[in-house]
Amino acid sequence: MIKTPEKIELFTADGVPLKLSLARVQRRSKMVAFLMVSPLLLFMVFAFLVPIADMLLLSVDNSIVERILPKTVKSIKYWDPHDDKLPDEAVFAAMVEDIKKAKKAREHTKIGTRLNYESSGFASLFRKAGRKVKKINEPPYKKALIKSDKRWGDIQTWRVIKQFSSGYTGGYYLAAFDLKRDFADGSVSSLPEEDSIYLKLFLRTILLSTTITFLTLIIGFPLSYMLAKVPTRISNILIIFVLLPFWTSLLVRTTSWIALLQQEGVINDFLILVGIINEDGRLAMIHNATGTVVAMTHILLPFMILPLFSVMKTIPKSYVRAAISLGAHPWIAFWKIYFPNTAPGIGAGSILVFILAIGYYITPALVGGSSGTFISNRIAYHMSSSLNWGLGSAIGVILLLFVVLLFLLYDKIVGINNMKLG
Amino acid sequence: MYEGESMKTFVRVITISVVMTMASFLGQALAATELVVVSWGGAYTASQQNAYHAPYMKKNPGIKIINDDSAGSAVAKLRAMKQAGNTTWDLVDAVASDAMRLCDEGLVDEIDHNSALANGADGSTATEDFGDFIVSPCFVPQIVYSTAFGYRKDKVSRPMTSVCDVFDLKTFPGKRSLEKKPINNMEWALICDGVSPSKVYDVLGTDAGQKRALAKLDTIKSNVVWWTAGAQTPQLLADGEVVVGSTYNGRLFKAIEVDKQPIAMLWDWQVFDLDGWVVPSGTKNKAEVMKYLRFATDTQRLADQAKWISYGPTRASSAPLVGNHADLGIPMAPHMPTDPNNAKTTLLYNYEFWADNRDEIDQTFNAWLAK
Repeated sequence: MIKTPEKIELFTADGVPLKLSLARVQRRSKMVAFLMVSPLLLFMVFAFLVPIADMLLLSVDNSIVERILPKTVKSIKYWDPHDDKLPDEAVFAAMVEDIKKAKKAREHTKIGTRLNYESSGFASLFRKAGRKVKKINEPPYKKALIKSDKRWGDIQTWRVIKQFSSGYTGGYYLAAFDLKRDFADGSVSSLPEEDSIYLKLFLRTILLSTTITFLTLIIGFPLSYMLAKVPTRISNILIIFVLLPFWTSLLVRTTSWIALLQQEGVINDFLILVGIINEDGRLAMIHNATGTVVAMTHILLPFMILPLFSVMKTIPKSYVRAAISLGAHPWIAFWKIYFPNTAPGIGAGSILVFILAIGYYITPALVGGSSGTFISNRIAYHMSSSLNWGLGSAIGVILLLFVVLLFLLYDKIVGINNMKLG
Repeated sequence: MYEGESMKTFVRVITISVVMTMASFLGQALAATELVVVSWGGAYTASQQNAYHAPYMKKNPGIKIINDDSAGSAVAKLRAMKQAGNTTWDLVDAVASDAMRLCDEGLVDEIDHNSALANGADGSTATEDFGDFIVSPCFVPQIVYSTAFGYRKDKVSRPMTSVCDVFDLKTFPGKRSLEKKPINNMEWALICDGVSPSKVYDVLGTDAGQKRALAKLDTIKSNVVWWTAGAQTPQLLADGEVVVGSTYNGRLFKAIEVDKQPIAMLWDWQVFDLDGWVVPSGTKNKAEVMKYLRFATDTQRLADQAKWISYGPTRASSAPLVGNHADLGIPMAPHMPTDPNNAKTTLLYNYEFWADNRDEIDQTFNAWLAK
């Protein structure tokens, strides 16, 4: 056994321990490096992380009820929604007072909008109450409020308010999974078939995105192979054709597919001309899932070709030559030697296309009809039309988690280091 | 020599840029208050530019009106602006239901119609002149438009006269285009399923009524192309992709009279809706905007807008002043949705009903679509 030598401390010329001196230099260069990336870091934090965190919060935030109806929320705590009795006078008094205050701040309709997401009718209930409460000035508040609108005498109204009185809610997530909580006993059950939509759309989005990814791979692989094989002079020109769609507006590309695929469109006309189909048999290729798949495969194709091409470019030609010279059939040489080497490109391209596909909403909205729309179309609807930002955020978070999960799965099976984005 | 030359050029460039910068600062100081007016773009914004903006800027050289075409996403954007604490819009064109929501959320200011707006040409007060069209305290009505059907004259065996012809696949085979939302479609389905028009919303408010409407829509579902933008139906009609389709009447007017397409109107049970102005709360030019608003919504201006687009003025006093189309020279009155010949059977968008039931029925409707 060799005896480990005594620890010898080394010094630089000016007598500072070498370790310390080295650490100083390294710290300085680390600082410089950090300063150089700090603009990017700041940008990432404010343009990416903060909005995502905000979205996460939005999907569970329910503080609006407590903010606008503070007294009601406090007094309704002592009411048991299982009881088949209306809350007592104190709760009604608190409600009248809260609405009066909210009316002054023009906020009584906000709470109506919020609760209307959970149960239809709250929007008009609170709008009407805002007009009527100024006449209710003395007890009994219960009787007066019910007289102003009989829905205040419905126990269900109060159960909804009670259930959504806490500062946070899981309600948006339940809704995003087609579930609902019973207002009386709090049990969770799934929505009836004719009202459930989100799970179906999640499934369809994943299914169609997988199809699109697969199609871009089938079309993109031979194309990239050819690009990598031909002389650079020609491949440069061909690459321009691949990039050309990037320079065209997304809407123009989508609209041209409508002109091509519609029933009175170019392709149907051509098929009739050559006699493959007759006038009554015009194919429906757009305003359905087929339209979405065709248009999106075209739009996302470059995202598959570019990583594939860059990987294929780096595979030495000698590999396949060596295999053939050792007696392998050219097909075997391709399959056993060349193809495995393209795996990083396939992985990168597929992940890229798939992630882009599940977030698409303009193209599906224009060419998807009713069977080719995606979950992102519902997110867009809740963000810009229904203004139910909570539900929109919840769906967004679920989609985000799904992508992260997929990424981790990919890392586990293929390895993230093995991915080459170009 | 060369050095000196380039030095001279350099000095010249610097001088020019300094002068230009100063000029632009000066220009900004002199210019003008810019008012950002948000509207729908296309022919609609053009009609507002011709009828309101251009004459106003001519009268008030100190005002510059900038058009912004994002009215389609105005509600969401105003909400985001309010949250960010920076409202950059001065006036927004919104449909009545959105105006009510914006008012509900406190994103737009309430307006005292009688003091803020001009009296009618006949001397009536603004509230009398606009009448029931003032559906929200924040809303200044501008036009009445309708969602109605247009059909291909050359592709039907006889002219379509009833909205129920849309549901009649036997007499009128081919595709139809309908808007991808429950509003209007559910009403038409119930009327054609035999519900008395006065009872439509009572029925639609129940689960059974919604099922009934969807069952009626089911009979044509496989023949429907769903549209999301108003321009789609005229295009689909022009391409021969559909034989009949719903859209805003102004779009159909353009397809028929300007583009000379073989399309005819089916006015039966057209649904009236209102469009008008709202003032975002927090606008930095409130005083200027209110002056503009008084001008742009007076009797003559509202009547003028109809020279460029076939939407009806909301002031009673404007109706007699509606004249001819500015370019085509044809009388506009017969193309107005409110013309007695066109308005024999009409519905008015039920704001209260849809404010309450939109979330729920939309979910049911989309679940039905996805089936």
